[in-house]
Amino acid sequence: MSANTVALAYLIASVFFILALKGLSSPLSARRGNMFGIIGMVIAVITTLTITRNWALIIVCIALGGAIGAVVARRVQMTAMPELVAFMHSLVGLAAVFIAIAAVNNPASFGLPETLPMGSKLELFLGTFIGAMTWSGSVIAFLKLSGRMSGAPITFNGQHKVNLTMAIIMVGFGLWFFFSTTTNWTAFSIMTAIAFVLGFLIIIPIGGADMPVVISMLNSYSGWAAAGIGFSLGNPMLIIAGSLVGSSGAILSYIMCKAMNRPFLSVILGGFGSEGGAAVAGDGTQKTYRSGSADDAAFIMGNADSVIIVPGYGLAVARAQHAVKELAEVLHKKGVNVRFAIHPVAGRMPGHMNVLLAEAEIPYEQVLEMDEINSDFSNTDVVLVLGANDVVNPAANVPGSPIYGMPILDAYKARTVMVVKRSMAAGYAGLDNDLFYMDKTMMIFGDAKKVVEDMVKAL
Amino acid sequence: MIGEIDPTIINLTVFVLAVFVGYHVVWNVTPALHTPLMSVTNAISGIILVGAMLAAGPAETDWGVWLGAAAVTLAAINVFGGFLVTQRMLEMFRKKDKKGS
Repeated sequence: MSANTVALAYLIASVFFILALKGLSSPLSARRGNMFGIIGMVIAVITTLTITRNWALIIVCIALGGAIGAVVARRVQMTAMPELVAFMHSLVGLAAVFIAIAAVNNPASFGLPETLPMGSKLELFLGTFIGAMTWSGSVIAFLKLSGRMSGAPITFNGQHKVNLTMAIIMVGFGLWFFFSTTTNWTAFSIMTAIAFVLGFLIIIPIGGADMPVVISMLNSYSGWAAAGIGFSLGNPMLIIAGSLVGSSGAILSYIMCKAMNRPFLSVILGGFGSEGGAAVAGDGTQKTYRSGSADDAAFIMGNADSVIIVPGYGLAVARAQHAVKELAEVLHKKGVNVRFAIHPVAGRMPGHMNVLLAEAEIPYEQVLEMDEINSDFSNTDVVLVLGANDVVNPAANVPGSPIYGMPILDAYKARTVMVVKRSMAAGYAGLDNDLFYMDKTMMIFGDAKKVVEDMVKAL
Repeated sequence: MIGEIDPTIINLTVFVLAVFVGYHVVWNVTPALHTPLMSVTNAISGIILVGAMLAAGPAETDWGVWLGAAAVTLAAINVFGGFLVTQRMLEMFRKKDKKGS
Protein backbone atom coordinates (compact mmCIF):
# COMPACT_ATOMS: atom_id res chain seq x y z
CA MET A 1 0.00 0.00 0.00
CA SER A 2 1.17 3.52 -0.70
CA ALA A 3 1.87 5.85 2.21
CA ASN A 4 -1.24 7.84 1.35
CA THR A 5 -3.54 4.80 1.36
CA VAL A 6 -2.07 3.75 4.68
CA ALA A 7 -2.69 7.21 6.12
CA LEU A 8 -6.30 7.16 4.91
CA ALA A 9 -6.91 3.70 6.39
CA TYR A 10 -5.48 4.96 9.68
CA LEU A 11 -7.85 7.93 9.54
CA ILE A 12 -10.83 5.58 9.16
CA ALA A 13 -9.60 3.50 12.11
CA SER A 14 -9.28 6.68 14.20
CA VAL A 15 -12.90 7.64 13.47
CA PHE A 16 -13.99 4.17 14.61
CA PHE A 17 -12.17 4.65 17.90
CA ILE A 18 -14.01 7.92 18.51
CA LEU A 19 -17.32 6.18 17.74
CA ALA A 20 -16.37 3.42 20.19
CA LEU A 21 -16.19 5.90 23.06
CA LYS A 22 -19.26 7.76 21.89
CA GLY A 23 -21.25 4.51 22.09
CA LEU A 24 -20.72 4.35 25.84
CA SER A 25 -23.03 7.31 26.42
CA SER A 26 -25.86 4.80 26.95
CA PRO A 27 -26.05 1.07 27.75
CA LEU A 28 -28.20 0.70 24.61
CA SER A 29 -25.50 1.82 22.18
CA ALA A 30 -22.52 0.57 24.19
CA ARG A 31 -22.17 -2.84 22.58
CA ARG A 32 -22.27 -1.30 19.11
CA GLY A 33 -19.57 1.09 20.33
CA ASN A 34 -17.36 -1.78 21.39
CA MET A 35 -17.89 -3.35 17.96
CA PHE A 36 -16.74 -0.10 16.31
CA GLY A 37 -13.61 -0.25 18.43
CA ILE A 38 -12.89 -3.79 17.24
CA ILE A 39 -13.44 -2.79 13.58
CA GLY A 40 -11.05 0.13 14.02
CA MET A 41 -8.41 -2.12 15.48
CA VAL A 42 -8.76 -4.71 12.70
CA ILE A 43 -8.35 -1.99 10.04
CA ALA A 44 -5.29 -0.62 11.85
CA VAL A 45 -3.59 -4.00 12.19
CA ILE A 46 -4.25 -5.20 8.63
CA THR A 47 -3.05 -1.90 7.21
CA THR A 48 0.13 -2.06 9.26
CA LEU A 49 0.80 -5.63 8.10
CA THR A 50 1.04 -4.36 4.52
CA ILE A 51 3.95 -2.04 5.38
CA THR A 52 5.99 -4.33 7.60
CA ARG A 53 7.91 -7.60 7.22
CA ASN A 54 8.48 -10.63 9.46
CA TRP A 55 4.81 -11.54 9.08
CA ALA A 56 5.24 -14.99 10.58
CA LEU A 57 6.82 -13.62 13.73
CA ILE A 58 4.25 -10.85 14.10
CA ILE A 59 1.25 -13.12 13.55
CA VAL A 60 2.56 -15.71 15.99
CA CYS A 61 3.05 -12.97 18.61
CA ILE A 62 -0.43 -11.53 18.02
CA ALA A 63 -1.95 -15.02 18.27
CA LEU A 64 -0.04 -15.70 21.49
CA GLY A 65 -0.95 -12.38 23.09
CA GLY A 66 -4.51 -12.66 21.80
CA ALA A 67 -4.92 -16.12 23.31
CA ILE A 68 -3.63 -14.92 26.69
CA GLY A 69 -5.90 -11.89 26.52
CA ALA A 70 -8.95 -13.95 25.58
CA VAL A 71 -8.40 -16.45 28.40
CA VAL A 72 -7.91 -13.67 30.95
CA ALA A 73 -11.00 -11.78 29.72
CA ARG A 74 -13.14 -14.90 29.98
CA ARG A 75 -11.91 -16.11 33.34
CA VAL A 76 -11.68 -12.86 35.28
CA GLN A 77 -14.19 -12.38 38.09
CA MET A 78 -16.16 -9.15 37.86
CA THR A 79 -15.00 -8.36 41.38
CA ALA A 80 -11.41 -8.45 40.11
CA MET A 81 -11.91 -5.88 37.32
CA PRO A 82 -9.75 -3.22 39.03
CA GLU A 83 -6.78 -5.60 39.11
CA LEU A 84 -7.30 -6.57 35.49
CA VAL A 85 -7.43 -2.95 34.39
CA ALA A 86 -4.26 -2.12 36.34
CA PHE A 87 -2.57 -5.17 34.81
CA MET A 88 -3.47 -4.05 31.29
CA HIS A 89 -2.21 -0.51 31.91
CA SER A 90 1.13 -1.96 32.87
CA LEU A 91 1.34 -3.86 29.56
CA VAL A 92 0.81 -0.71 27.49
CA GLY A 93 3.51 1.05 29.49
CA LEU A 94 6.02 -1.74 28.99
CA ALA A 95 5.19 -2.09 25.28
CA ALA A 96 5.79 1.67 24.87
CA VAL A 97 9.23 1.36 26.46
CA PHE A 98 10.14 -1.62 24.24
CA ILE A 99 9.06 0.23 21.12
CA ALA A 100 11.00 3.35 22.10
CA ILE A 101 14.17 1.31 22.72
CA ALA A 102 13.71 -0.46 19.38
CA ALA A 103 13.28 2.94 17.70
CA VAL A 104 16.50 4.28 19.23
CA ASN A 105 18.25 1.08 18.12
CA ASN A 106 16.96 1.08 14.56
CA PRO A 107 15.29 4.37 13.55
CA ALA A 108 15.09 3.30 9.91
CA SER A 109 12.46 0.62 10.61
CA PHE A 110 10.10 3.43 11.64
CA GLY A 111 10.96 5.62 8.65
CA LEU A 112 13.10 7.91 10.83
CA PRO A 113 16.53 9.21 9.73
CA GLU A 114 19.53 7.12 10.85
CA THR A 115 20.77 9.94 13.12
CA LEU A 116 17.75 10.85 15.17
CA PRO A 117 16.69 14.49 14.83
CA MET A 118 16.23 16.42 18.08
CA GLY A 119 12.45 16.45 17.80
CA SER A 120 12.31 12.65 17.59
CA LYS A 121 14.68 12.35 20.53
CA LEU A 122 12.44 14.56 22.65
CA GLU A 123 9.39 12.50 21.68
CA LEU A 124 11.17 9.21 22.38
CA PHE A 125 12.27 10.59 25.74
CA LEU A 126 8.67 11.50 26.61
CA GLY A 127 7.24 8.17 25.36
CA THR A 128 9.84 6.15 27.26
CA PHE A 129 9.53 7.89 30.57
CA ILE A 130 5.73 7.99 30.57
CA GLY A 131 5.67 4.34 29.50
CA ALA A 132 8.17 3.27 32.17
CA MET A 133 6.28 5.11 34.91
CA THR A 134 2.99 3.65 33.71
CA TRP A 135 4.45 0.17 33.89
CA SER A 136 5.96 0.29 37.37
CA GLY A 137 3.12 2.39 38.80
CA SER A 138 0.53 -0.05 37.45
CA VAL A 139 2.43 -3.03 38.82
CA ILE A 140 2.23 -1.50 42.31
CA ALA A 141 -1.45 -0.64 41.79
CA PHE A 142 -2.08 -4.23 40.66
CA LEU A 143 -0.30 -5.68 43.70
CA LYS A 144 -2.22 -3.40 46.06
CA LEU A 145 -5.59 -4.07 44.43
CA SER A 146 -5.18 -7.82 44.34
CA GLY A 147 -4.15 -7.87 48.00
CA ARG A 148 -0.67 -9.23 47.22
CA MET A 149 0.67 -6.06 48.82
CA SER A 150 -0.85 -4.11 51.70
CA GLY A 151 -3.16 -1.31 50.60
CA ALA A 152 -1.76 0.88 53.35
CA PRO A 153 0.30 3.83 52.18
CA ILE A 154 4.07 3.41 52.43
CA THR A 155 5.68 6.67 53.44
CA PHE A 156 9.11 7.74 54.66
CA ASN A 157 10.73 11.02 55.61
CA GLY A 158 11.71 13.27 52.74
CA GLN A 159 9.79 11.10 50.28
CA HIS A 160 8.72 13.99 48.08
CA LYS A 161 12.25 15.42 48.05
CA VAL A 162 13.65 12.06 46.97
CA ASN A 163 11.06 11.84 44.18
CA LEU A 164 11.72 15.39 43.04
CA THR A 165 15.49 14.89 43.06
CA MET A 166 15.14 11.71 41.02
CA ALA A 167 12.81 13.45 38.56
CA ILE A 168 15.36 16.24 38.08
CA ILE A 169 18.21 13.76 37.58
CA MET A 170 16.04 11.89 35.07
CA VAL A 171 15.37 15.08 33.10
CA GLY A 172 19.12 15.79 33.25
CA PHE A 173 19.95 12.48 31.59
CA GLY A 174 17.12 13.13 29.16
CA LEU A 175 18.77 16.41 28.15
CA TRP A 176 22.13 14.67 27.79
CA PHE A 177 20.48 12.14 25.46
CA PHE A 178 18.77 15.02 23.68
CA PHE A 179 21.93 17.03 23.00
CA SER A 180 24.27 14.11 22.18
CA THR A 181 25.20 14.03 18.50
CA THR A 182 25.33 10.21 18.37
CA THR A 183 22.94 7.70 19.97
CA ASN A 184 23.75 8.06 23.66
CA TRP A 185 22.78 4.68 25.15
CA THR A 186 24.22 5.50 28.58
CA ALA A 187 22.00 8.53 29.04
CA PHE A 188 18.98 6.76 27.57
CA SER A 189 19.30 3.64 29.76
CA ILE A 190 19.88 5.56 33.01
CA MET A 191 16.93 7.82 32.22
CA THR A 192 14.69 4.80 31.56
CA ALA A 193 15.85 3.05 34.75
CA ILE A 194 15.10 6.14 36.86
CA ALA A 195 11.65 6.43 35.27
CA PHE A 196 10.89 2.82 36.29
CA VAL A 197 11.94 3.48 39.90
CA LEU A 198 10.01 6.74 39.97
CA GLY A 199 6.81 4.93 38.93
CA PHE A 200 7.17 2.62 41.97
CA LEU A 201 7.92 5.49 44.33
CA ILE A 202 5.02 7.61 43.17
CA ILE A 203 2.39 4.91 43.73
CA ILE A 204 3.55 3.30 47.02
CA PRO A 205 2.45 6.21 49.27
CA ILE A 206 -1.10 6.16 47.90
CA GLY A 207 -3.66 4.31 50.02
CA GLY A 208 -6.34 1.84 48.97
CA ALA A 209 -9.31 4.22 49.05
CA ASP A 210 -7.52 6.52 46.62
CA MET A 211 -7.16 3.67 44.13
CA PRO A 212 -10.04 4.89 41.93
CA VAL A 213 -8.00 8.04 41.29
CA VAL A 214 -4.75 6.15 40.78
CA ILE A 215 -6.24 3.65 38.39
CA SER A 216 -7.86 6.45 36.34
CA MET A 217 -4.59 8.36 36.35
CA LEU A 218 -2.65 5.32 35.12
CA ASN A 219 -5.36 4.84 32.48
CA SER A 220 -4.61 8.37 31.38
CA TYR A 221 -0.83 7.76 31.41
CA SER A 222 -1.17 4.65 29.27
CA GLY A 223 -2.97 6.79 26.70
CA TRP A 224 -0.33 9.53 26.78
CA ALA A 225 2.36 6.84 26.40
CA ALA A 226 0.65 5.61 23.23
CA ALA A 227 0.30 9.20 21.98
CA GLY A 228 3.99 9.82 22.79
CA ILE A 229 4.99 6.83 20.64
CA GLY A 230 2.66 8.21 17.95
CA PHE A 231 4.63 11.46 17.96
CA SER A 232 7.95 9.59 17.67
CA LEU A 233 6.70 7.56 14.74
CA GLY A 234 4.82 10.45 13.15
CA ASN A 235 1.67 8.33 13.23
CA PRO A 236 -1.53 10.43 13.66
CA MET A 237 -3.68 7.37 14.43
CA LEU A 238 -1.56 6.54 17.48
CA ILE A 239 -1.74 10.18 18.53
CA ILE A 240 -5.54 10.28 18.19
CA ALA A 241 -6.19 6.94 19.92
CA GLY A 242 -3.69 7.77 22.65
CA SER A 243 -5.19 11.22 23.25
CA LEU A 244 -8.71 9.77 23.50
CA VAL A 245 -7.54 7.36 26.17
CA GLY A 246 -5.43 10.01 27.88
CA SER A 247 -8.27 12.51 28.15
CA SER A 248 -10.71 9.78 29.21
CA GLY A 249 -8.45 8.79 32.11
CA ALA A 250 -7.88 12.41 33.05
CA ILE A 251 -11.63 13.12 33.19
CA LEU A 252 -12.23 10.01 35.31
CA SER A 253 -9.47 11.10 37.72
CA TYR A 254 -11.12 14.50 37.97
CA ILE A 255 -14.56 12.98 38.67
CA MET A 256 -13.08 10.69 41.32
CA CYS A 257 -11.19 13.53 43.02
CA LYS A 258 -14.32 15.64 43.08
CA ALA A 259 -16.27 12.76 44.64
CA MET A 260 -13.71 12.66 47.45
CA ASN A 261 -13.33 16.43 47.66
CA ARG A 262 -9.58 16.00 47.46
CA PRO A 263 -7.27 18.02 45.23
CA PHE A 264 -5.63 15.79 42.64
CA LEU A 265 -2.17 16.81 43.85
CA SER A 266 -2.83 15.73 47.42
CA VAL A 267 -4.06 12.32 46.26
CA ILE A 268 -0.93 11.89 44.19
CA LEU A 269 1.36 13.00 46.98
CA GLY A 270 -0.31 10.28 49.03
CA GLY A 271 -0.14 9.18 52.66
CA PHE A 272 -3.80 9.97 53.35
CA GLY A 273 -4.67 6.82 55.33
CA SER A 274 -1.82 7.20 57.81
CA GLU A 275 -2.69 10.79 58.70
CA GLY A 276 -6.31 9.84 59.34
CA GLY A 277 -5.26 6.94 61.57
CA ALA A 278 -3.20 9.25 63.76
CA ALA A 279 -6.12 11.64 64.18
CA VAL A 280 -8.40 8.85 65.38
CA ALA A 281 -5.87 7.47 67.84
CA GLY A 282 -5.88 10.79 69.66
CA ASP A 283 -9.61 10.53 70.29
CA GLY A 284 -9.44 7.98 73.08
CA THR A 285 -13.06 7.78 74.24
CA GLN A 286 -14.88 4.45 74.30
CA LYS A 287 -18.05 4.60 72.25
CA THR A 288 -20.89 2.10 72.41
CA TYR A 289 -22.70 0.54 69.51
CA ARG A 290 -25.64 -1.80 69.13
CA SER A 291 -25.22 -5.07 67.29
CA GLY A 292 -27.92 -7.35 65.96
CA SER A 293 -28.36 -10.55 64.02
CA ALA A 294 -29.26 -11.07 60.39
CA ASP A 295 -32.68 -12.34 61.49
CA ASP A 296 -33.48 -9.13 63.41
CA ALA A 297 -32.42 -7.08 60.42
CA ALA A 298 -34.49 -9.19 58.03
CA PHE A 299 -37.55 -8.75 60.24
CA ILE A 300 -37.20 -4.96 60.27
CA MET A 301 -36.61 -4.77 56.53
CA GLY A 302 -39.55 -7.08 55.81
CA ASN A 303 -41.86 -4.66 57.60
CA ALA A 304 -40.43 -1.51 56.06
CA ASP A 305 -41.93 0.44 53.15
CA SER A 306 -38.65 1.51 51.65
CA VAL A 307 -35.10 0.18 51.79
CA ILE A 308 -31.98 1.69 50.23
CA ILE A 309 -28.96 -0.56 49.89
CA VAL A 310 -25.53 1.12 49.86
CA PRO A 311 -22.93 -1.27 48.42
CA GLY A 312 -19.21 -0.75 48.92
CA TYR A 313 -15.88 -2.47 48.51
CA GLY A 314 -16.93 -5.08 51.12
CA LEU A 315 -19.57 -6.33 48.70
CA ALA A 316 -16.93 -6.89 46.06
CA VAL A 317 -14.56 -8.64 48.47
CA ALA A 318 -17.31 -10.98 49.71
CA ARG A 319 -18.66 -11.50 46.14
CA ALA A 320 -22.10 -10.90 47.63
CA GLN A 321 -23.75 -9.39 44.54
CA HIS A 322 -25.91 -12.42 43.72
CA ALA A 323 -27.05 -12.82 47.32
CA VAL A 324 -27.95 -9.13 47.37
CA LYS A 325 -30.03 -9.56 44.25
CA GLU A 326 -32.01 -12.34 45.95
CA LEU A 327 -32.54 -10.15 48.99
CA ALA A 328 -33.80 -7.32 46.81
CA GLU A 329 -36.20 -9.69 45.02
CA VAL A 330 -37.61 -11.17 48.22
CA LEU A 331 -38.15 -7.71 49.68
CA HIS A 332 -39.67 -6.51 46.45
CA LYS A 333 -42.20 -9.36 46.54
CA LYS A 334 -43.19 -8.25 50.04
CA GLY A 335 -44.02 -4.85 48.59
CA VAL A 336 -40.90 -3.10 49.86
CA ASN A 337 -39.48 -0.39 47.61
CA VAL A 338 -35.82 -1.46 47.23
CA ARG A 339 -33.25 0.76 45.62
CA PHE A 340 -29.46 0.93 45.41
CA ALA A 341 -27.39 4.04 46.04
CA ILE A 342 -24.00 4.22 44.34
CA HIS A 343 -21.30 6.60 45.47
CA PRO A 344 -18.91 7.55 42.66
CA VAL A 345 -15.88 6.20 44.54
CA ALA A 346 -17.54 3.08 45.98
CA GLY A 347 -15.27 0.15 45.27
CA ARG A 348 -11.82 0.38 43.81
CA MET A 349 -12.48 1.83 40.38
CA PRO A 350 -15.00 4.12 38.65
CA GLY A 351 -18.27 2.28 38.05
CA HIS A 352 -17.13 -0.83 39.95
CA MET A 353 -20.43 -1.29 41.85
CA ASN A 354 -22.57 -0.77 38.74
CA VAL A 355 -20.82 -3.65 37.00
CA LEU A 356 -21.23 -5.98 39.97
CA LEU A 357 -24.94 -5.20 40.29
CA ALA A 358 -25.37 -5.59 36.54
CA GLU A 359 -23.68 -8.98 36.74
CA ALA A 360 -26.27 -10.03 39.33
CA GLU A 361 -28.98 -8.82 36.90
CA ILE A 362 -30.35 -6.21 39.24
CA PRO A 363 -32.82 -4.08 37.25
CA TYR A 364 -31.39 -0.86 35.86
CA GLU A 365 -33.94 1.53 37.32
CA GLN A 366 -33.24 0.38 40.88
CA VAL A 367 -29.61 1.50 40.73
CA LEU A 368 -29.22 5.21 41.34
CA GLU A 369 -26.25 7.60 41.45
CA MET A 370 -25.56 9.72 44.51
CA ASP A 371 -27.12 12.92 43.14
CA GLU A 372 -30.29 11.12 42.13
CA ILE A 373 -31.01 9.51 45.48
CA ASN A 374 -29.46 11.64 48.21
CA SER A 375 -32.59 13.68 48.91
CA ASP A 376 -34.61 10.48 49.46
CA PHE A 377 -32.70 9.16 52.48
CA SER A 378 -34.61 11.32 54.98
CA ASN A 379 -37.92 9.63 54.12
CA THR A 380 -36.54 6.09 53.86
CA ASP A 381 -37.25 3.48 56.52
CA VAL A 382 -34.11 1.37 56.34
CA VAL A 383 -30.67 1.90 54.87
CA LEU A 384 -28.59 -1.26 54.54
CA VAL A 385 -24.89 -0.44 54.25
CA LEU A 386 -23.00 -3.39 52.76
CA GLY A 387 -19.27 -3.12 53.21
CA ALA A 388 -19.14 0.63 52.65
CA ASN A 389 -17.66 2.98 55.21
CA ASP A 390 -16.07 6.28 54.25
CA VAL A 391 -18.76 7.10 51.66
CA VAL A 392 -21.44 7.17 54.39
CA ASN A 393 -19.30 8.77 57.13
CA PRO A 394 -21.10 11.86 58.50
CA ALA A 395 -17.68 13.15 59.59
CA ALA A 396 -17.58 14.59 56.08
CA ASN A 397 -19.94 17.30 57.37
CA VAL A 398 -17.71 18.16 60.37
CA PRO A 399 -15.19 20.93 59.75
CA GLY A 400 -11.67 19.81 60.62
CA SER A 401 -12.24 16.16 59.77
CA PRO A 402 -9.72 14.77 57.25
CA ILE A 403 -12.60 13.98 54.92
CA TYR A 404 -14.47 17.25 55.55
CA GLY A 405 -16.32 18.39 52.44
CA MET A 406 -16.39 15.03 50.72
CA PRO A 407 -19.86 14.46 49.24
CA ILE A 408 -21.38 11.46 51.03
CA LEU A 409 -24.52 9.38 50.78
CA ASP A 410 -26.78 10.75 53.53
CA ALA A 411 -27.46 7.31 55.05
CA TYR A 412 -27.51 8.82 58.56
CA LYS A 413 -30.78 10.64 57.70
CA ALA A 414 -32.77 7.42 57.33
CA ARG A 415 -35.05 6.18 60.13
CA THR A 416 -33.04 3.00 60.70
CA VAL A 417 -29.51 2.24 59.58
CA MET A 418 -28.07 -1.26 59.31
CA VAL A 419 -24.40 -1.78 58.70
CA VAL A 420 -22.96 -5.10 57.63
CA LYS A 421 -19.24 -5.19 58.38
CA ARG A 422 -16.65 -7.75 59.32
CA SER A 423 -15.49 -5.84 62.40
CA MET A 424 -15.44 -2.38 63.91
CA ALA A 425 -12.14 -1.66 62.13
CA ALA A 426 -11.84 1.74 60.48
CA GLY A 427 -12.38 2.16 56.75
CA TYR A 428 -9.62 2.76 54.23
CA ALA A 429 -9.37 6.42 55.19
CA GLY A 430 -8.44 5.16 58.67
CA LEU A 431 -11.29 7.14 60.19
CA ASP A 432 -13.80 6.15 62.82
CA ASN A 433 -17.38 6.39 61.58
CA ASP A 434 -19.95 8.11 63.84
CA LEU A 435 -22.74 6.50 61.85
CA PHE A 436 -21.95 3.19 63.59
CA TYR A 437 -22.55 4.69 67.05
CA MET A 438 -25.90 6.34 66.40
CA ASP A 439 -28.92 5.18 68.40
CA LYS A 440 -30.79 4.12 65.30
CA THR A 441 -27.89 2.11 63.91
CA MET A 442 -27.64 -1.64 64.12
CA MET A 443 -24.32 -3.32 63.39
CA ILE A 444 -24.40 -6.79 61.88
CA PHE A 445 -20.99 -8.41 61.99
CA GLY A 446 -19.94 -11.01 59.48
CA ASP A 447 -19.05 -11.65 55.88
CA ALA A 448 -21.40 -9.61 53.65
CA LYS A 449 -22.38 -12.63 51.55
CA LYS A 450 -23.14 -14.88 54.55
CA VAL A 451 -25.14 -12.17 56.32
CA VAL A 452 -27.22 -11.37 53.25
CA GLU A 453 -27.90 -15.07 52.62
CA ASP A 454 -29.08 -15.41 56.22
CA MET A 455 -31.37 -12.44 55.72
CA VAL A 456 -32.90 -14.05 52.64
CA LYS A 457 -33.49 -17.26 54.59
CA ALA A 458 -35.11 -15.36 57.47
CA LEU A 459 -37.54 -13.62 55.15
CA MET B 1 3.16 25.96 2.29
CA ILE B 2 2.23 22.59 3.86
CA GLY B 3 5.56 21.16 2.77
CA GLU B 4 7.45 23.74 4.83
CA ILE B 5 5.71 22.88 8.09
CA ASP B 6 7.62 20.72 10.55
CA PRO B 7 5.80 17.35 10.86
CA THR B 8 5.90 17.79 14.64
CA ILE B 9 3.63 20.84 14.31
CA ILE B 10 1.14 18.83 12.26
CA ASN B 11 1.27 16.06 14.89
CA LEU B 12 0.69 18.66 17.58
CA THR B 13 -2.36 19.93 15.69
CA VAL B 14 -3.78 16.42 15.52
CA PHE B 15 -2.98 15.89 19.20
CA VAL B 16 -4.72 19.05 20.45
CA LEU B 17 -7.83 18.41 18.37
CA ALA B 18 -7.97 14.76 19.49
CA VAL B 19 -7.77 15.81 23.14
CA PHE B 20 -10.74 18.11 22.54
CA VAL B 21 -12.74 15.36 20.89
CA GLY B 22 -11.87 12.95 23.72
CA TYR B 23 -12.86 15.51 26.32
CA HIS B 24 -16.30 16.08 24.83
CA VAL B 25 -17.03 12.45 24.04
CA VAL B 26 -15.99 11.15 27.46
CA TRP B 27 -18.06 13.67 29.43
CA ASN B 28 -21.11 12.13 27.76
CA VAL B 29 -20.34 8.66 29.07
CA THR B 30 -22.90 7.61 31.68
CA PRO B 31 -21.33 6.99 35.15
CA ALA B 32 -22.80 3.48 35.25
CA LEU B 33 -20.51 2.57 32.33
CA HIS B 34 -17.27 3.96 33.76
CA THR B 35 -15.76 0.51 34.26
CA PRO B 36 -16.46 -0.58 30.66
CA LEU B 37 -15.05 2.82 29.60
CA MET B 38 -11.79 1.96 31.33
CA SER B 39 -11.60 -1.50 29.79
CA VAL B 40 -12.41 -0.28 26.29
CA THR B 41 -9.82 2.50 26.57
CA ASN B 42 -7.41 -0.22 27.67
CA ALA B 43 -8.12 -2.02 24.43
CA ILE B 44 -7.78 1.18 22.41
CA SER B 45 -4.44 2.07 23.99
CA GLY B 46 -3.42 -1.35 22.67
CA ILE B 47 -3.19 0.55 19.35
CA ILE B 48 0.45 0.79 20.34
CA LEU B 49 0.43 -2.66 18.68
CA VAL B 50 0.91 -0.79 15.40
CA GLY B 51 4.19 0.70 16.65
CA ALA B 52 5.22 -2.71 17.97
CA MET B 53 4.59 -4.33 14.58
CA LEU B 54 6.88 -1.79 12.90
CA ALA B 55 9.56 -2.47 15.55
CA ALA B 56 9.25 -6.21 14.89
CA GLY B 57 9.35 -5.90 11.13
CA PRO B 58 12.58 -4.35 9.80
CA ALA B 59 14.49 -6.08 7.02
CA GLU B 60 17.64 -6.92 9.01
CA THR B 61 17.02 -8.93 12.17
CA ASP B 62 18.78 -7.86 15.37
CA TRP B 63 17.81 -7.75 19.06
CA GLY B 64 15.50 -4.79 18.38
CA VAL B 65 13.21 -7.14 16.43
CA TRP B 66 12.83 -9.41 19.47
CA LEU B 67 12.00 -6.39 21.60
CA GLY B 68 9.38 -5.44 19.03
CA ALA B 69 8.01 -9.00 19.06
CA ALA B 70 7.68 -8.84 22.85
CA ALA B 71 5.85 -5.52 22.51
CA VAL B 72 3.50 -7.05 19.90
CA THR B 73 2.60 -9.82 22.35
CA LEU B 74 1.99 -7.41 25.23
CA ALA B 75 -0.12 -5.06 23.12
CA ALA B 76 -2.12 -7.99 21.68
CA ILE B 77 -3.02 -9.11 25.22
CA ASN B 78 -4.42 -5.63 25.77
CA VAL B 79 -6.34 -5.47 22.52
CA PHE B 80 -7.99 -8.89 22.82
CA GLY B 81 -8.39 -8.84 26.59
CA GLY B 82 -9.74 -5.30 26.60
CA PHE B 83 -12.37 -5.71 23.89
CA LEU B 84 -13.50 -9.14 25.11
CA VAL B 85 -13.91 -8.17 28.73
CA THR B 86 -15.77 -5.02 27.70
CA GLN B 87 -18.08 -7.16 25.59
CA ARG B 88 -18.65 -9.47 28.55
CA MET B 89 -19.52 -6.59 30.85
CA LEU B 90 -21.81 -4.89 28.36
CA GLU B 91 -23.74 -8.14 27.86
CA MET B 92 -24.69 -7.88 31.53
CA PHE B 93 -25.91 -4.34 31.09
CA ARG B 94 -28.02 -5.47 28.17
CA LYS B 95 -29.83 -7.99 30.35
CA LYS B 96 -30.50 -5.20 32.77
CA ASP B 97 -31.96 -3.05 30.03
CA LYS B 98 -34.34 -5.77 28.89
CA LYS B 99 -35.68 -6.04 32.40
CA GLY B 100 -35.88 -2.31 32.75
CA SER B 101 -38.00 -1.73 29.69
